[in-house]
Amino acid sequence: MVVIDLREAIGKGLKEALINNDKVFIMGEDVGEYGGAYSVTKGLLKEFGPERIMDTPISESVIVGAGIGSALAGLRPIVEIMTINFSLLAMDQIVNHAAKLRYMSNGQFTVPILIRTVTGGGAQLGATHSQSFEGWYASVPGLKVIVPSTPYDALGLMRSALKEDNPVIMAEHALLYGVRGEVPNKWYEVPIGKAIVRTEGNDVTIIGHLKTAHIASEVAKILSSKGKTAEVIDIRTLRPIDTETIVGSVKKTNRAVVIDEAWKTGGFAAEIASVIQEQAFDYLDGPVIRIGSADVPSPYAQNLEAAMLPNAKEITSTIEKTFGF
Amino acid sequence: MVTELTMPHMGFDMKEGTIVRWLVSEGSAVKPGDAIAEIETDKAVVEFESYTEGILHLIIEPEGSTVPVGTIIGIIGDVNEANAAMNYRSKIKDPKANKDLDSNSDTIPDFLEATPPIGKENVTDQTLEIRASPVAKRFALEHNIDLNLIPGSGPGGRITRSDVEYAIAHLKNEDSPELPETTDQVETKSEYIPSDETEAPKISLTNNKSDPPRVPLSKMRQQIARVTYKSKQEKPHFYLSSEIDMSEAMLLRAQINESMESEGVHVSVNDMIIKACAESLKLHPKFNDYFYEDGLQKNTNINIGIAIATDETLDVPAIMNCETKSLKEISIASKDLTQRASAGTLSASEYSGGTFAISNLGMYNISSFLAIIQPPQTAVLAVGAVTQKPIVKENELAIAQMMTATLSADHRIVDGAEGAEFLGVIRNLLQNPLHLVV
Repeated sequence: MVVIDLREAIGKGLKEALINNDKVFIMGEDVGEYGGAYSVTKGLLKEFGPERIMDTPISESVIVGAGIGSALAGLRPIVEIMTINFSLLAMDQIVNHAAKLRYMSNGQFTVPILIRTVTGGGAQLGATHSQSFEGWYASVPGLKVIVPSTPYDALGLMRSALKEDNPVIMAEHALLYGVRGEVPNKWYEVPIGKAIVRTEGNDVTIIGHLKTAHIASEVAKILSSKGKTAEVIDIRTLRPIDTETIVGSVKKTNRAVVIDEAWKTGGFAAEIASVIQEQAFDYLDGPVIRIGSADVPSPYAQNLEAAMLPNAKEITSTIEKTFGF
Repeated sequence: MVTELTMPHMGFDMKEGTIVRWLVSEGSAVKPGDAIAEIETDKAVVEFESYTEGILHLIIEPEGSTVPVGTIIGIIGDVNEANAAMNYRSKIKDPKANKDLDSNSDTIPDFLEATPPIGKENVTDQTLEIRASPVAKRFALEHNIDLNLIPGSGPGGRITRSDVEYAIAHLKNEDSPELPETTDQVETKSEYIPSDETEAPKISLTNNKSDPPRVPLSKMRQQIARVTYKSKQEKPHFYLSSEIDMSEAMLLRAQINESMESEGVHVSVNDMIIKACAESLKLHPKFNDYFYEDGLQKNTNINIGIAIATDETLDVPAIMNCETKSLKEISIASKDLTQRASAGTLSASEYSGGTFAISNLGMYNISSFLAIIQPPQTAVLAVGAVTQKPIVKENELAIAQMMTATLSADHRIVDGAEGAEFLGVIRNLLQNPLHLVV
């Protein structure tokens, strides 16, 4: 067992994949010489050489398109899109090609590509660099979307993703690379499509992913100081979603709160809230609370950005008001 | 924006009210202060005054319906808001529609009749109209509990899971006479688990059929039970008794009543006690406070409640603003209060606005007793009969008109010495009654 941060956990996963499978290669903007915009791929170029660690031009469409082509040809590409904001330029490749080729070729082709990208705000990066789009990709059949919030999950989910024959998007949160946690030395995997209960509780289920999973735990702590126990679920995979864990928990607690950092309108929290009311309606003791960011472009000013993003204190007071705690 | 008229909260512990009569018809204009409906609470029928100006576009709760506090009963809006008000139409219970369905049962397709709903049909119907969470509705259905009987503790009066669980726990202890005896026994046996937890329900299930039947509590009884139980559970009562020589007071009272007979003034012993309490409360305002968990409410007005009992009811309506009233004014106000209490036309604030209370059982020849404080008040004075007694006065035996007054006070707010001083002022005033009139 070692304690490492999330950045190191992903680096470890990349490195062992490069060692274990010579069909694996990494490609993206600044992943080689610079070591990656978030220093995840640091040192890999030196160790594995320019044939397997490739710096690309600034063209997200080409990065994903070339990745798809190489995957079709039998390689196992890991491509990095510097941030999910730029993935919009590759959206046609991701949604219309990566997600469709297996289906449209009746299984003659598979696209085993892992697309790593960085999502989320809170670092004063302005309106075009602070968005959370992982929920958009989670609505596309043919894709899998993983969202690790701990070093353990990052490594474990990546190992599962590298065994997948389908395109997988791994959204990493810009502010979670420093999160530290235990990672076993022994080989383990975290299955795609399995949520995890971080804290058990009886009074309310709080569901989040990435940074909002950590916020959910904060809320649980505040509530426990007031005598209420919250069950915290980190969903870990947005597609396929683990409805069993979510619905099972809500049936126990009778109350649900879904937190997402994306805009509230049409956000992924709405999807989970719908699943809850469809499958656990007769168990609800109050409306499902949906928390998202304010429906505005992310402000640059620190105070305004903080006001836009979900925060534990406000969520707690919403919970108290809604459920009469 | 239309205004939602909601069932008002008209007094301590009021959970629901019944609309006796709408005094304004749909489409009529109303102003703030206009009486628009008569509402019956646990205690009385009270006029409900509009708090806004506009047109009563829609009556949602018909006459005779009983709804929890906070339920929308009607919609008021300006002239242009008739359409907005109509959006609330879906909230209207439509007894006619249901009746039509019953009388035309032929028209119901066979397949509907072939699959009766689970549980009692009327339970299902009623739950559609009540604000209850889905899990509360399911629990109620599974346990055959009528949601109409359960007060909601959730936001906006919503009935929550814990409300139903509470009701289940309490209603289960009652008889279920419809169950045939054999079923009763079989069920008891099959459910019997020899553990401490199941002891209580087991006993009630095997309830001996020869026991006399139980009569449900009236609303008034329930209310009294709630208030007294809450008070005795929460309030650490302490009691102080004092014998008061009422000879002078009785004399003065006779003089006043003789000289003011033409004006129709008739001062009672109780009026003098009220006046004495009001004066003492001015000097000891803590006894006029309300106790709440987060602090004391310092009441600026002195509203003295008078316990009035009839065959069916026990009310403690208050004479408002005693701090500014003379003995004569208090006497007139208390007579008026008693008359209106028996007519049932007291206002909500009179029912719930008391800041102190007096309970007098003198007319029943009770010498002394202890009264229960009415939350959130701090104290109550229990007054016994005025009787002739031998007393020692200046080393000689004498006859005096004696009365025992017992103060019950909440020890969280006041202490014994303060109570003694408070009661001492009352005693001195009554023993030197000229101070009450001058």
